[in-house]
Amino acid sequence: MKNRITDYIIEKIIFLCGIIAIVFVILIFGFLLKEGFAFFKEYGLFSFIFGKYWYPSSNPASYGVFSLIIGSLLVTLGATLIAVPLGVATALFISELAPKGIRDILKSIVELMAAIPSVVLGFVGMVTLVPLVRSVLDIPTGLTAFSGSIVLGFMALPTIVSISEDAIRSVPWQYKEGAYALGATKWQTIRRIVLRAAMPGIIAAVMLGIGRVIGETMAVLMVTGNATAIPTSIFDPVRTLTATIAAEMGETVRGGLHYRALFAIGLVLFSITFMINFIADLFLNKNTKKR
Amino acid sequence: MCKTKFYIVLIVFFVMLVSCSRPQGDNAIGAMQIKGSDTIVNLVQVWAEQFSQKNSNSNIGVTGGGTGTGFAALLNNTCDIAMASRQVEENEINLAKKQNIAYKEFIVGLDGLAVLVNKNNPINNLTIEQIRDIFMAKIKNWKEVGGENRPIVLLSRESNSGTHMFFKEQVIRLGNKNNSDEFSPKALLMPSSQAIVDEIYQNPNAIGYAGIGFISKQTKTVSVSAKSSVEFIEPTIENVMTRKYPISRPLYLYTNGNPKGLVKDFIDYALSDEGQKIVVETSFVPINRNEKQNN
Repeated sequence: MKNRITDYIIEKIIFLCGIIAIVFVILIFGFLLKEGFAFFKEYGLFSFIFGKYWYPSSNPASYGVFSLIIGSLLVTLGATLIAVPLGVATALFISELAPKGIRDILKSIVELMAAIPSVVLGFVGMVTLVPLVRSVLDIPTGLTAFSGSIVLGFMALPTIVSISEDAIRSVPWQYKEGAYALGATKWQTIRRIVLRAAMPGIIAAVMLGIGRVIGETMAVLMVTGNATAIPTSIFDPVRTLTATIAAEMGETVRGGLHYRALFAIGLVLFSITFMINFIADLFLNKNTKKR
Repeated sequence: MCKTKFYIVLIVFFVMLVSCSRPQGDNAIGAMQIKGSDTIVNLVQVWAEQFSQKNSNSNIGVTGGGTGTGFAALLNNTCDIAMASRQVEENEINLAKKQNIAYKEFIVGLDGLAVLVNKNNPINNLTIEQIRDIFMAKIKNWKEVGGENRPIVLLSRESNSGTHMFFKEQVIRLGNKNNSDEFSPKALLMPSSQAIVDEIYQNPNAIGYAGIGFISKQTKTVSVSAKSSVEFIEPTIENVMTRKYPISRPLYLYTNGNPKGLVKDFIDYALSDEGQKIVVETSFVPINRNEKQNN
């Protein structure tokens, strides 16, 4: 009898916890929609998305986020180009090539990388990477999208490595044995069998890595220079969507147009990450169905 | 065994739940929040420390974030005093009226904005018009103002900074209210004045601005001439006080309505001889030195 009661109580508590998380997500989304749409009504969706100038404290203010969207995408693209080849190669090395001793050390180092707070990475980037980028590339300033990409690529690495590694390791050993039995070399097996079988998982890993990159705030705020001009190359300073929210949320008055504009930016970010997570989910499901 | 553990967890859970409720007496008489301009946050911090030593039952929290942040916090009722490095604007006053808040202004000191360049930059003097053209990206290379052949990198503060607004009004718009010129969008918006100084220190292309408290040997300070004048003036305490230096400004504290109790005591302290002495010590300019010397 007593056991039944405890069972019942625990069941209900777990149910409550699960429901609370869902309710919060719905509430956050509802709040974003409410404030965001109030802004679109007042300012117009088109002039918001395609407006060239972001001068929130001028009179009249202009809230064009085009350059911010380009900034976010540019930094994300750069970070992806840096992190994906490195991350997938590391995952392959850890799961297929490294001797057991090295593999354990590498795995714990990768996990440790995930634990570095982003402010710390941003600060290290600001004092070491930024001057280096300026002097090595001989460009006017080191506070550029490129520096942001390097820092963010570094942050996305642990996600990409650990999820890709899982995917690679869950390739059935029979596949590999079969390939070896047919006389394939190690590289041929990895390239034609292992990578192909693990591809959905690797794509999911990449997507989650991108999700992390596009949502990152503090580190980008510190190293990308935050100029609101539309960048012409990756070596220009850029301002990202997240950095704008972080830098300006303090000055806004609750209910004001600027306050709502920041929520509208949040809505744009939310839609981008939603799409990325959706794609990642699609591939992850494909992966599990295959097995 | 397992059951006992479960009951312990349950008890802990309930204790945590109960302790979540707000303790009574949160708004004790001695607590006060001050928010706003990063420019004077160091000065107000020192005032708060000295003031707390005298009034041992007071508890003052001082946080920066920018002048706009301070005004917003006063509106949202999350602070008692707003620090500001510019005057409150008309649309901000109107917004406040809707919520029954009336800003009350106190000038507590003066500050000059220094224009800073890298130590290795040969430029010593710039007219205010040249600085304006530089920050609007009409002048893009140092050789156009007599320097080396290098691109100019503009460093500005975030738009919630009073320093940013003041520089825009006094330099970009040359004090003309009807002018609607803006900083070039190519200007890098730095999160703090210290970040500007740090970037100028290591980048020979950079130009930026900061309060005269940020003048140091790490960077070079440019002498500035006033509108249509040929005399270049250094941003020294003397020149700011006599208003000879063209880019200078008052520093403010704002309260909601006439201050009462602890808030009033604090502002009185800031304006006292002792408070003004701290203004000098933190490398700002006191409101009126002569008067203080006579006392």
